[in-house]
Amino acid sequence: MSSEELLLGLQEIFRDVLDQEDLVLTPQSNAENVPDWDSLAHVNLVTAIEKKYKVKFALGELQDLKNVGDMIELLQSKLAAK
Amino acid sequence: MRHPDGIDLSSLPLDDVLAKRKGLRRKLSARLNLQPLRIAVLGGSTTNEVVDLLELWLLDAGFAPIFHQSEYGRYHVDAVHDSEALVEFKPDLIYVHTSVINIQRFAPVGCSESEFNEHVKTEFNRFEEIWTSIEVKIGCLVIQNNFEFPPYAILGNLDATISGGHTRFVNALNNEFSLAAAARPKLLLQDICSISARIGLNHWFDRERWFSYKIVTSAEGSNAIATSLAAIVRGVYGKTRKVLVLDLDNTVWGGVIGDDGIDKIQIGQETAVAEAYTAFQEYCLSLRNRGILLAVCSKNDEEIARQGFEHPDSILKLEHISCFKANWDPKHENIAAIARELNLGTDSFVFVDDNPAERAIVEGQVQGIAVPNVGSDVARYAEIIEAGRYFEQISFSREDIERAALYQENSERAIFETKFADYGEYLDSLQMTAEIERFRPIYLERITQLTNKTNQFNLTTRRYTLAEIEAVLTDSDSLGIYGKLSDRFGDNGLISVVLGHRTENVLDIDLWLMSCRVLKRDMEIAMLDALVDHARAMGITTVRGHYIPTKKNGMVLDHFTKLGFASVGESEDGAAIYSLEITGYSPRNTHIKVMELVHEQ
Repeated sequence: MSSEELLLGLQEIFRDVLDQEDLVLTPQSNAENVPDWDSLAHVNLVTAIEKKYKVKFALGELQDLKNVGDMIELLQSKLAAK
Repeated sequence: MRHPDGIDLSSLPLDDVLAKRKGLRRKLSARLNLQPLRIAVLGGSTTNEVVDLLELWLLDAGFAPIFHQSEYGRYHVDAVHDSEALVEFKPDLIYVHTSVINIQRFAPVGCSESEFNEHVKTEFNRFEEIWTSIEVKIGCLVIQNNFEFPPYAILGNLDATISGGHTRFVNALNNEFSLAAAARPKLLLQDICSISARIGLNHWFDRERWFSYKIVTSAEGSNAIATSLAAIVRGVYGKTRKVLVLDLDNTVWGGVIGDDGIDKIQIGQETAVAEAYTAFQEYCLSLRNRGILLAVCSKNDEEIARQGFEHPDSILKLEHISCFKANWDPKHENIAAIARELNLGTDSFVFVDDNPAERAIVEGQVQGIAVPNVGSDVARYAEIIEAGRYFEQISFSREDIERAALYQENSERAIFETKFADYGEYLDSLQMTAEIERFRPIYLERITQLTNKTNQFNLTTRRYTLAEIEAVLTDSDSLGIYGKLSDRFGDNGLISVVLGHRTENVLDIDLWLMSCRVLKRDMEIAMLDALVDHARAMGITTVRGHYIPTKKNGMVLDHFTKLGFASVGESEDGAAIYSLEITGYSPRNTHIKVMELVHEQ
C-alpha cells in the first residue's frame, strides 16, 4: 500500500476518532499540532488503526514514532511482513 | 421503531462503534427526553474505554448518563477512605470494576485448605468493605463484577483443583460474591466470569494494552462489559422487555404450514433442520418459564396456524402463547392489537421473524419495538436474541415466574369481554372477589415492589423502601391499604396500594397505585370504599387526593374527579390537589365482592 493511500486511510480514522470531519492529516502531523490528540484519543487511534489494517502493534513499537509519517512507515513494514 | 436520527447502534459493526464513538455520542446526546443518570465508576484498571462505550449504550437506551471515574486502581481507597468526592458526586449507582489482575493475594502453592479459605476470606473482605462503606455513606445501588479466570493457568489443569491454584481461587471468590449479591438487596453482580468465557479469555485479555495503558481487556471485551452493564441499568429502571412476538413459518418451525401441511413442517428430531427448530422452541419455552410472555404474529389462516402447535413434536403448545394473531392483516397492526390485549406497551416487545421485509415494516411502524436481525438461519436465532440482552432483570420474584400464566388469563378475559354489549354485565360475569385490608406484614415486600415499579396507574410515583412501608404498620397517623383481586379466570394477586397520612381530621393520600392488569375493573372504586371506611374509623372527615403528573401517568389525570373528588388547586410542587368530604359517603362498588378477613384479636 502506498504512503498516499495510507495517509488517506489514516486521515479517515483520525476524522472519525477525533470527530473532526475537516481534519487534514500530513506526514508531519503529531500530537502537538492536531487538536484533541491526547492520551485517551491516542489509545482509540491505535485501536482503530489496528482494526482497520488488521495488524497488532507489539509493545514498544509505537513509543519512538514522532509523527504520522513514522506511523505510515511502520504500517508499511508491518503490512509487507504479513 | 428506528429513531428519526437514523442511528441504530446495535446494527453497527463494533469497529465503527469504537472508531466513531465521539461523533455517535454527540448525535445520540441530542435525542430528546433522555433520563438523567449519575454513575460513578471505581476501577481497578483504566476504565475510560468501558465508560465511553457504556455511555453510548445508555444514550441508546434513553438515558443521559453523567460519569465520575476514580483514578486508575483507586477503587478501594475512593470508596472506603477518601470518599468525599464520591459522596459529593451523588451517584445514582456505582460500578466497581475490578479484574483478576486486582486480586491482591492468591493462596500460595502448597497451602492447607484452611489457609486457602482464609485467603479467600481476606480478599472477599476487601470488597465487602467497599460495599458496606458505600451503603453507609451513599446508600445507592452497587454493581460489582465477579472475576474472569486468570490469563494463564500456571498449574495447568491442577490450577482448578489444588489450594494454590489461581483458577480455583477465582471460583471460590466468585462463589462468595454470588452469595453476597443474593444477601444484599443493594448489590448487583455482573457476571464477567461468563461474559469473558463467551468471548474467550485469549480474546478478552490484551496484554499490550495492559502494559501500555493499564486497560485489561481488548476492545471487544470492553464492549461486552458495556453492553451487559447497560442491560443491568435498563433492568434497574424497569426498561426490561417483557414479550417475545414470534412469526411462525420458518421461525418456530421449518416450512410453510399453509402450503406444506402439518405433516411436512420441520420440527422434531428427524433431520438436523428439524432439531434446530426444536431447540429454538425450547429456548422460547425457557424464556416463558422465566416470565417472558410469548405472542404469535403470523400471516396465516388462523385455524391452520394453530395446528402447527398440535404437532406431536412441537415443544411450544397453544397454552404457552399469551396472545395469538394469525391472519392476513399487516403485522404492525396485529402487534398493536397484541399490545392492547396484553395491556403492555410495544416498547416492551421483541419481534422475531425470518423475513427481512416483515422485520423492516415492523421496525419502521411500531413504536419502541426491538427487532433483532436474526437472519434466516434458525441455528443462530437464540444466540442473536441473547446478544441483545433484552430481558435482563435485576431480581426475581414468584410473580415473575407466574406472570405468563396471569397474562394468559388476561388474554382470555379480553376475548370474553367482546361477548358482552353492556360493560357492567361483563364485569359481573367475571365474578370478581377482592381482599382489601390495612397493610399486613406478609405483603410488605410485594407492596414495596409495586411502589417501585408501577409507573402508569400511579398518582404520585413516590418510591418507598421496605423500611418505610414497614413503618406504616406502627404509625397510628398512617393509613395503608392493599387490594387483591381474583376472578373466574384466576388470581391477579396483590395489585393495588393506597397510602395516606393524617393531619388532625384530614387524610392526605401520598400514594395511590394499581397494576395495569386490572384496569377498568372498578377496583379503584372498591379501594375508595375501603379507604373511606378505615378513615372514618380514625375520625377523619376529609380525604385529600394528590396528583403529580409524569411522562407515564397520564392515564390517571382524571382519577380523583372520576371518583367524585372536587379540585381544590395546586400545591407548591405542582401537584394537583383534590378533596372529598366523607362524612356522608356511601359505598359505590357494585361489581366486586369484597371478602371479610377474619381478624385476629
